[in-house]
Amino acid sequence: MGTMALEPAPCTIKSPVALQVGDMRTELGRPGVIVTDVVLPHSQVIDLQEIIFKNYYTAFFTLRVQRRSLADGGNESPSKWVTCLRNYCLMPNPHTEEGSQDYFSLSRHQMLCDVDRVAAIRLILRQPSPVWLHFTIEELQFFPGGLKSPQKGFPAWLSHPSPQERPANLHEDLPDADKVSSEVQQMWVLTEMLQASQPASRIGRFDVDGSYDLNLLSYT
Amino acid sequence: MGSAPWWRKQRSAWTASPPLPSLCSFLSKLRGRWQRCRRQAKLSAQLCLHNPEIKLESLKEDIKEFLKTSGWEKKLQNAVYNELSVFPLPCHPSAPPEHIKESLAYMRKAQGNWEKRILKSLNSMCTELGIPLAQKRSINEQKELLSKWNEMGTDEPDLSLFRPVYAPKDFLEVLMNLRNPNYESSEQPSFRNHLGLIQVPLKVKDIPELKEYFGELDLSTGQMDIDDSANVPPELFENEHLRLGQKVLIKQDSAASQQYVRQGCPTSLRAELWALILNISSQPEDILYYEQLKSNVIQHDLLVDSLIYKDVKLTASNDDYYFVFEDYLYQVLLCFSRDTSVLDHFEYNSATPPKSYIRGKLGMEEYAVFYPPNGVIPFHGFSMYVAPLCFLYNEPSRLYQIFREIYVRYFFRLHSISSHPSGIVSLCLLFETLLQTHLPQLFYHLREIGAQPLRISFKWMVRAFSGYLATDQLLLLWDRILGYNSLEILAVLAAAVFAFRAVNLMEVTSLAAAEAVLADLSTLKVMPLLQIFLFATGT
Repeated sequence: MGTMALEPAPCTIKSPVALQVGDMRTELGRPGVIVTDVVLPHSQVIDLQEIIFKNYYTAFFTLRVQRRSLADGGNESPSKWVTCLRNYCLMPNPHTEEGSQDYFSLSRHQMLCDVDRVAAIRLILRQPSPVWLHFTIEELQFFPGGLKSPQKGFPAWLSHPSPQERPANLHEDLPDADKVSSEVQQMWVLTEMLQASQPASRIGRFDVDGSYDLNLLSYT
Repeated sequence: MGSAPWWRKQRSAWTASPPLPSLCSFLSKLRGRWQRCRRQAKLSAQLCLHNPEIKLESLKEDIKEFLKTSGWEKKLQNAVYNELSVFPLPCHPSAPPEHIKESLAYMRKAQGNWEKRILKSLNSMCTELGIPLAQKRSINEQKELLSKWNEMGTDEPDLSLFRPVYAPKDFLEVLMNLRNPNYESSEQPSFRNHLGLIQVPLKVKDIPELKEYFGELDLSTGQMDIDDSANVPPELFENEHLRLGQKVLIKQDSAASQQYVRQGCPTSLRAELWALILNISSQPEDILYYEQLKSNVIQHDLLVDSLIYKDVKLTASNDDYYFVFEDYLYQVLLCFSRDTSVLDHFEYNSATPPKSYIRGKLGMEEYAVFYPPNGVIPFHGFSMYVAPLCFLYNEPSRLYQIFREIYVRYFFRLHSISSHPSGIVSLCLLFETLLQTHLPQLFYHLREIGAQPLRISFKWMVRAFSGYLATDQLLLLWDRILGYNSLEILAVLAAAVFAFRAVNLMEVTSLAAAEAVLADLSTLKVMPLLQIFLFATGT
C-alpha cells in the first residue's frame, strides 16, 4: 500500500447483517440494505478525520456513530447514536457500473455532525438495484483526527523545496566562507551542467547491453 | 543584528531567481513527455535572467511578462491542456496502479486473458515457423534495408505463412463473452439481459445526453461539407469558417483549435489544426528522434515487422484511396513498433505490454524487455489507423508524430477491454442501445434473422471507419473525435448508418444479405447522417 503518513485506527469490522422482509432462505428478492458494525478496542474513542474504502456495488452509504460526550467532572455520560452521513451516493446510476468498484474517502467536513469522541460506528449500505448479486464495501479504514490525512500519492515536491532551494545546513562554527562559497558554487555549476546536459527527450533504448535477441514471449 | 551574514547574501544570490527554479521543478514533476518544452522554457528564461536590467523586486512580474511576450505562456498553456486531455483525472490516492488502468476487476481479468491468448498465438507462430521474435540484422541486411527504405513496398517477401495475430471478429467474440460475475444473469431472457451482444452493464449516454454532448453538431450550427439552405450559398459559412480557422492558427491555442474543429476543418487548414490540438510542433529534435527510430528498425529484425508487412498488403495496399501510401505506412509502422515512448500510455490503458527476456537470460529481471519495444502488437487492420493521415502530412517524421499522438490518445481504446466511455466495449453497447431505442423494429428484425447489428458494425468502429468511408468524409469524422476528445461519435455514426439503410435492412432475411446492404459506405455523407440521427428524429 505504500507509505502512509498516518496509520488507520485499529478496529474490528463485524460481519454484515442483511435486512430483509420475510425468510432469508425462501424469499426470492435479495436484500437491499446491509448493516455493518465497527467496534473500537475496549473503551477507546477516536476523533474521526477520514474514512477510506473501496466500493463493491453499494449505491448509497449511510454512516452512524456513537459519540461519548464528556459530562461534568469527567464522568462519561451515556452515549448516543447520531447520523453523520445519510445516503451518500456512491453509484450515480445504481443499475450500471459507474462508481461500483471505485475508491472513496469521506472526511469530517462532509459529515452532518461533529465526529469527535466516536466510540462505535455503524455503516448502512443500500443497493436498490436488483441486478447485483452482492454488495459490500472493502478495504475499510478509519483515520483519526488531530493529524493530517493520509498522504499517499501526494507529491513530495509540493511539501519539500527542491535541493537547490533548500538553505544550507549551517552550524555554529563556520568554516572558511570563501572556501565553502567557491566549493558550493562549483558544485552548483556542476549540477546545473548536469541538468542542462540531460537529453531533451529519452533516447528510447530498448536493448539490454546492445542485445535485443528474443525467442519467445513470457507469460508471467 | 548588523548587516546580513554572508551566507544569507550568498543564498539570496543563488536564489535570485526564485520563480525560475520553482517553475522548473514544478514543470519537471509533470510528465516526462514535455521534457523538451520544459527545457526550452528554462533556456529562454535563463537567457532572460542574464539581462542586467532585471530587478529582484519585480522579478516575478518580469518573468510573467517575459513568458507572455516570448510566446511561452501559450506554449505552456497548450502543454498543460494537452496533459489534461490525455491523462485521466487524478485517481484516489489509495487506488493501486491497476485500478487507474481499469477500475473494474473483471474487465482487467478479461483483458489479461485476452493478452495471454495473443501471446500464445505469437509464440506458436514463432515455434511453427522456427523464427525468433527479434534478432540483430547482419551488416549486409542493414545496408540493404537502408538502401530501399523509401520503397519497401516493392519488396515482395513470402509472407504466406504469417497470419494476423487476430482480426476484429476474434475480438468481438471476446467482448460478447464478457460478463460481470456480480451481475444477475440467467440464460433465460429477462429484463436484465441485453438483447444485443454486449452483456455488461456499463453506463452509456442516451440520446438527450448525446444531443447535449454533441451540441455543436445540431441543425442550426454551420458545418463544413453541409449546404443547409437553398437560399444561402454554402460558401458564406465556409469562407467565414476558413477565416476563423486562420485566426485560431495565428493564436496557436490548442483549446480554441479543439473547439473550432467540432464544426469541421477546412481541408487546407486541417493538418495544422490537428497538430495544434495534439500539441505537435516539429522541432529538429523530433526529426532526430524519428531518425533514431529508423536506425533501430535498420538494426533489429522483429517478427512483428512481418505482421506489419502482411497487414499493409492485406488492407491499405488493396484500398483505392490508400495504396499509394504503402511505403509511408511501412516507415511509420516500423518506427512506431520501436518507439519506447509509446509505453507511457500503458499507465492509463487497461492493456499491459508483453514481456520477454534476452536470449539465454530467461527469468533474469535485469534482462527483461518489452516486446515489441512499444508494447503494441498489431492486429489485422492496424495500418488503417495511419493511412488517412498520409493525406495530411507528407513529411514522415511529422506524420509519425501525429499518428503516435492520436494512437496514445484515442485509438488504443479501440482494441483494449475497458470500461472507459471511449473504450470499445462502451462503444459497442452505445451502438446497440441507440439502435434498439431509435429503431426497435429494425433491431428486433435483424436479431431474429441472426444478423445481430453489432456483427456488422464492429469492424467499422474498431477501425474508426478508416477504409470504409471516403477519405474526405473520414477526416470530417475524425475532426469530431479530436474536437470532442471522444470516440463515442463512432458508435453514433454506426447507428446512423443503420438508420439510413433501415428500409432496405427490413427486407433482408440473412446476415449475408444485411452485410451486402451495408457493404459500401463510401458514398455516405457523415455529417448529414449524424445530424439527422441525433437531432432530426422525434425523441
